[in-house]
Amino acid sequence: MTDGSLISPETSRTAAVRRGFRAALHATEIDTRLMGMLGALAIIWIGFHFWTGGTFLTPRNLWNLSVQTATVAIMATGMVLIIVSRNIDLSVGSVLGAVGMAMAMLQREILPEWIGYDHWAMWIIALAAGLLLGALIGGLHGFIIAYVGVPSFIVTLGGLLVWRGVAWWQASGQTIAPMDKTFQLLGGGSRGNIGGFWSWIVGAVACGLILLLLVNGRRQRGKFGLRLRPVWADIVLGALYCGVVLGAIGYLNRYFLPERVAAARGGGNIPFGLANPVLILIGVTLVMTFIATRLRFGRYVFAIGGNPEAAELGGIKTRWVVMKAFILMGVLVAIAAAVQTARLNAAVSGLGQSAELYVIAAAVIGGTSLAGGVGTITGAVLGALVMQSLQSGMVLVGVEAPIQDVAAGIVLVFAVALDSILKRRPK
Amino acid sequence: MTLTTEASRGVPLVEMRDIRVAFGGVHAVDGVTVDLYPGEVLGLVGGNGAGKTTLIKTLSGAHKADSGEIYINGERAVIETPRDAKKYNIETIYQTLALAENIDAPANMFLGREVLTRWNTLDDRAMEQAARHVMGRLNPMFQNLRTAVRSLSGGQRQSVAIARAVHFNARILIMDEPTAALGPAETAQVHNLINQLKAEGIGIFLISHDIHGVFDLADRISVMLQGKLVGTVNRREVTKDEVLGMIIIGKLPGTATKTELAELH
Repeated sequence: MTDGSLISPETSRTAAVRRGFRAALHATEIDTRLMGMLGALAIIWIGFHFWTGGTFLTPRNLWNLSVQTATVAIMATGMVLIIVSRNIDLSVGSVLGAVGMAMAMLQREILPEWIGYDHWAMWIIALAAGLLLGALIGGLHGFIIAYVGVPSFIVTLGGLLVWRGVAWWQASGQTIAPMDKTFQLLGGGSRGNIGGFWSWIVGAVACGLILLLLVNGRRQRGKFGLRLRPVWADIVLGALYCGVVLGAIGYLNRYFLPERVAAARGGGNIPFGLANPVLILIGVTLVMTFIATRLRFGRYVFAIGGNPEAAELGGIKTRWVVMKAFILMGVLVAIAAAVQTARLNAAVSGLGQSAELYVIAAAVIGGTSLAGGVGTITGAVLGALVMQSLQSGMVLVGVEAPIQDVAAGIVLVFAVALDSILKRRPK
Repeated sequence: MTLTTEASRGVPLVEMRDIRVAFGGVHAVDGVTVDLYPGEVLGLVGGNGAGKTTLIKTLSGAHKADSGEIYINGERAVIETPRDAKKYNIETIYQTLALAENIDAPANMFLGREVLTRWNTLDDRAMEQAARHVMGRLNPMFQNLRTAVRSLSGGQRQSVAIARAVHFNARILIMDEPTAALGPAETAQVHNLINQLKAEGIGIFLISHDIHGVFDLADRISVMLQGKLVGTVNRREVTKDEVLGMIIIGKLPGTATKTELAELH
């Protein structure tokens, strides 16, 4: 071919380098999708940092961002499984309102008559009741969807109306505030965090777990004689993950308590450390990832999304699996409701309004396919972080609320469009 | 037509008696009786909509029969779900293959019957290893087991579906158009496999449009037409034309007139 001689040595060398880079990337088995999202997040963060004149990437703002992301991200982890199973849940915002209001009523109006205000067990009882209520509501939705056969779009659209009404009806539209002192800790704030020292401990434990998983993975694959990642790839990955975790903790730990609060605790620079909502989010993400990838239930959810008929023929009780997914969603909404009411220190009848849109958007931006069968938990959490970063950045810049919605909507459609264009391109 | 050899072969592996299935007012399967012996391939043939697949779905648990009885080794069996069928070691390779395209080959092979660790979590590595073991026998060229089924070739998908049946030690194997999507080399491979499984004493229902393939493999041939059983014949005692006559005009060998047979061509 004459074309061969036309390629200059430079281009073929860069092509070789690129190929080498791709091969290296492939060897680490890193999800390129996830990398793309992290890249997008970096662009958003750096962009807003300059646009806001250097306030976006401060420890204070990132700390706030981490807390604000928690509620949407917690719900998005459940929404992934719902969407993967070829369903949708439009009711999560309203259920959050109804469950949040119920937990607020319980601790302000009902329980104090028995155990008094600010009892140590107050938050436990209120939270447990909320989780139960969330599970029941999710179970009801799931039952109607799976066993009666009404499409999830319709059932949860009805739920969106019903539970918003129930949220109002419980307190006749009144605002219930403040929350019990023990309950408030679930929402973060100056007391609802674990401080600098324990944040480092969490970071150290996370690093330990990362290394353990990598080593264990190698050993297991070796034992079964399966293909191993190159050792260098594992070392690079381990160092990278640990570096990111410890770096994030170190940076967030530079956000200190206000002087007045710090003075009461001995003065000086006392770091907030990780906020309780963030810890809850980390826990939820780990548990949900475990459920989605290591348990039969998770495997079945994906199989149903990929081919419902094959799942049925494989002997899977598909209806029960779908119902369980909705129960799980209800529980996660209840956790988010607890965090949200505790953070606001109040329950209002509009609590969680239009949260469903942000939750679905987070899952979809995070790579969940509305056609079913595809999605990851970490992707959804990152998606929530992207959405929240945009919103938070625009607030800092001073963009008006309606324009924020315009931007969020455009980003959502753009992200999904980009994804489908990239997917269509031959590999 | 009665088969003299039946009595000497003892109890059939499967006996389906007077099976009926109706969709609305349409009798998809209308009082069909067939049986299958160990180490035998029974070809089940007929035109489109003859009711072959529906009949066999009542045995694999994918569809409940409206009436009729199924006997496995002479004992009455109740099969209402795919789980029930698997209890009787009935494995099915569906025409659609019934694979979830978004998960990998081992996950599909073990779908609904996953190997678990002692903590009740999925033992993906054990499943991958088992899949490699079976695949080494069925399709040694197929190595990239951990990719989603979506990106596999037709032949590879087929071997995943077959591997599922083979791994779980089927005693009764239902193959619905197992070679419809395959090229000549892969078809030959499946034919070899059928003969191999037959030699191991497995009873096989082979559903096919391809009368030549059926003639190569089957010991007996049951023909269905419009939901009814036309008849069951010994492959050695009939010609392809006679079977074609059964499929198209529903006449048993020897009963069709010369002009009717001539019209077939």
